Amino acid sequence: MNKRVVITGTGLIGPAGKTSAENWDNVLEGRSGVRRMSLIDPTDFTSQVAGEVKDFDPLDYLDPKLAKRTDRYTQFAMVAAREAYEDSGIKGTLTDERLGVIIGSGIGGITTLEREHKVALERGVRRINPFFCPMMISNIAAGRVGIDLGAKGLNFSTVTACASSGHALAVAADMIRLGRADAVLAGGSEAPITLTGVGGFCQLKALSTRNDDPETASRPFDRDRDGFVIAEGGAVLVLEELEHALNRGANILAELAGSGMTCDAFHITAPAENGEGSARAMKLAMENAGFDPSGVDYINAHGTSTQLNDINETIAIKTALGVDNAMNTPVSSTKSVTGHMLGAAGAAEAIFTSFAIRDGILPPTATLQNPEDGCDLDYVPREARKKDIVTALSNSLGFGGHNVTLALKKYSG
Amino acid sequence: MSLESRVTEIIIDKLGVKPEQVTMEAQFDTDLGADSIDQYELIMGFEDAFGLRIDEEEASTLTTVGKVVEYLKAKDLDN
Repeated sequence: MNKRVVITGTGLIGPAGKTSAENWDNVLEGRSGVRRMSLIDPTDFTSQVAGEVKDFDPLDYLDPKLAKRTDRYTQFAMVAAREAYEDSGIKGTLTDERLGVIIGSGIGGITTLEREHKVALERGVRRINPFFCPMMISNIAAGRVGIDLGAKGLNFSTVTACASSGHALAVAADMIRLGRADAVLAGGSEAPITLTGVGGFCQLKALSTRNDDPETASRPFDRDRDGFVIAEGGAVLVLEELEHALNRGANILAELAGSGMTCDAFHITAPAENGEGSARAMKLAMENAGFDPSGVDYINAHGTSTQLNDINETIAIKTALGVDNAMNTPVSSTKSVTGHMLGAAGAAEAIFTSFAIRDGILPPTATLQNPEDGCDLDYVPREARKKDIVTALSNSLGFGGHNVTLALKKYSG
Repeated sequence: MSLESRVTEIIIDKLGVKPEQVTMEAQFDTDLGADSIDQYELIMGFEDAFGLRIDEEEASTLTTVGKVVEYLKAKDLDN
């Protein structure tokens, strides 16, 4: 008999808030978390807007020694994991060895890397912080979360750029189905707003340069979109085996009913023509979860606000569902409020999708004014809308052609 | 600021301990919870603050707060 996987806790820190609830509130109200960049001096960049966590002080969460020993990306992961763990109430209901951690990141501790590289060049290699290696590597957030919460089960990181935390959730669910864990803290974290992080994306011409109006810069599916808005944050969900959750009377937010994972095998940054890879991921997810393409109630799009993604993802949705079904399926991008949290995006959006199911409300594409020609789906423009949501999909597509679609379902027995 | 105060400040910063714990007799490993990498980081802190280089052999003798203060005094930094 196949094990089922449910979501029993969430943790989210990002541009739209420091808790899951605060984020959801801002997403529903369409209150953008994007501002003029402040973590670094934006003067030399073509893109000067970003989704930053507001007034983040690691000392609010960590003692001074630990705060010094952790990169910002690790701190976000720990904050989000703690919230999810608390939220789930799972403590004491399973042995440490049955609690796993899968937390991904696109780039890991890039702030630390830049800082210590500068030290090495300016003052010599003997001045590199002795903790440089374990602060910078992309798995260390997962390791720190394991230490922080005493999770001794499987523990690793998924690295697929903007799809990293989508993969974390898909793989975590599979681990639970295989019986390798009773619960997994799964998600992602990213703190990319640094000299080379922002500079690099600017050189790719991937970022919005709508610097005079930050709050409307991330405008997925809009004809005046001009790139994504770089953002940071941490997002973690507690995925739990259904029987375990029921036996302890857990509050079940939604079921993670399946996933689809594909590769474009096309280009390192551009999506495959007509979103072919993404369409296959959606089809696989629907098959895996037993969803009928005519009965999908909501799709949380990857919807980055780039020229290529939004049009190709639209075509992919039509391919996966069939054009008629697609025209009747609301699709929105919450990146309109959060910006693109990169390795944390997939998990953040799974959280929003599970809240949409819980509350029966479609989050809007908050900044959509004039859809692009060819973007003719119902993108829930500007205003949230009530809808009973039973089945939903959430897409994440990463540089490298990595596609993952999660299939979420209302749990009703 | 006295030499002792400067040393204490560095120890508190690097090891995250409380001021009351930083007595002259306090041993870095057993009393202040510093493992080998902590201690290396601490030595680097003293090097940076006082513009010195402390080689490995010398560093290995600096096992208590008091020994660090003595060592720095001997380098005539007590001004």
